[in-house]
Amino acid sequence: MSENEPILSTHGLIAGYGDFQALFSVDFEIAAGEIVALIGANGAGKSTFLSAIMGLLPVQRDMVRLDGEPAGGTPAHTMVRKGIAIVLEGRRLFTGMTVEDNLRVAIDNGRAVDAGSKEPAWTLERLYELFPILGEKRRTQVENLSGGQQQMVAIGRALLCQPRVLLCDEISLGLAPRVIREIYQVMPSIADAGTALVLVEQDVRLAQSASRRLYCMLEGRITLTGKSGDIHRDDIARAYFGTKHAVA
Amino acid sequence: MQWLDASIQGILLGGMYAQYALGMALMFGVMRIVNISHGDLVILLALIGISISSAFHIAPLALIFILVPIAALMGWALQRVILNRVVGEDPLPSLIATFGLSIALQNLMLQIWSADTRSLPGGGLAAASFNIGGIYLGVLPILVLATAICLTGGLDFVIRFTRFGRALRAAAADTAAAAVTGVNARSVYAMATAIAVGILGIAAVFQAMRVTVAPADGPAQLIYAFEAVIIGGMGSIWGAFAGSMVLGVSQAIGFRIDPGWGILLGHIVFLIVLATRPQGLMTRK
Repeated sequence: MSENEPILSTHGLIAGYGDFQALFSVDFEIAAGEIVALIGANGAGKSTFLSAIMGLLPVQRDMVRLDGEPAGGTPAHTMVRKGIAIVLEGRRLFTGMTVEDNLRVAIDNGRAVDAGSKEPAWTLERLYELFPILGEKRRTQVENLSGGQQQMVAIGRALLCQPRVLLCDEISLGLAPRVIREIYQVMPSIADAGTALVLVEQDVRLAQSASRRLYCMLEGRITLTGKSGDIHRDDIARAYFGTKHAVA
Repeated sequence: MQWLDASIQGILLGGMYAQYALGMALMFGVMRIVNISHGDLVILLALIGISISSAFHIAPLALIFILVPIAALMGWALQRVILNRVVGEDPLPSLIATFGLSIALQNLMLQIWSADTRSLPGGGLAAASFNIGGIYLGVLPILVLATAICLTGGLDFVIRFTRFGRALRAAAADTAAAAVTGVNARSVYAMATAIAVGILGIAAVFQAMRVTVAPADGPAQLIYAFEAVIIGGMGSIWGAFAGSMVLGVSQAIGFRIDPGWGILLGHIVFLIVLATRPQGLMTRK
């Protein structure tokens, strides 16, 4: 497999909740080690898109492909073992459990990494190096952490699933700018290890600066895609709000 | 002296209640599934045990090794066939489903075993006792309490320190987040219910040795288990044990005041705890 072959792709992805259709034929792809941002306003379908990939929503089998193999509609826990992990919006930590117990659930149930493989596996030690505060607070119950620390646990939990593709749903939401910078600083090092990163963001500037490629969604459709550095802000504004509101 | 004796007998009685309460602590306290058929399962298992024991002449304590696998299988099937379909944020569907199951089980037991009371012949064990400083201690109640302590310690360890326990707590805290962390909640829940009902297999043998059982006895055991879990605090395994002790001691003291007051005093203490410390004795928040 060549380096640019997508590790994860969607093909005419359609998904929704009951009778309500939220995604309309979404085509998307990401290669190993690539950082791709997905931007869009509230209700554009970004979280639905991630849920559909993750197997949390019913989708047709060939609409989602992993290494070119159809994988749509696979149960979420199986998807994790195949190498897709997600940092859910709103962190969604296991309350009543310590930081380390939260992380251990991922170690217990994540993808098995071959001992002989070149990719370095995520361990608690490696994670505590990335986020030293988590090492200090490892015996603290997660509900007693600050928002930023909770987000680090959520990211850590996803990383310890040993993902080949990591989906991050609005990890900057509700965090102080300094904490956001701190968290986004570690993203390149995660991608350098070969993990593909999908960053869902509402903050366009942040998304553009952190990613190599970018997709913009509006009302369940991809309205813009290209290299993050090349896209003009006016184009993004049009794709983000729709042509009628293109005033930015 | 009279009250010391009552307290000690109450603690021993609490050992029996703890055996019912542990499964409830796991299902209701941790998984938040309300299993109304909990007490009926104890009685069903006791009646199955009595039939097996009389048909094959098996000693009561050896019966435990036959009854526990049967019980665990019943629990696994209960979760797979019924509860996994209704489990979710809302506790009401599981309550209604198991309420129906409870009625069905009671009638099934009436059909098979009739309304007669039955018990397991305990041999010398049920009557054996020894005397310490004027207080008589029954060998069987001490065995029941010791078993309850071992089960509580074992279950608490499993929930807190094992891979299975972490997965269970994670699934109970947030099912979707657990799923995207690789936890198959349905199979973890099936395993947990197998453990919860499996423990009832042990409780059933002791219950049938200690007193008589009849098909309609289930709901009373259900109430004791509920009360013990709530007195101790949701989610705490040792809390359920402590709650069982409080319930047992209250009832034993009540019986000494007036034979009609025993059960009532247990309920009153439960209501006092609910009114003054609704989070339970051993839960912080």
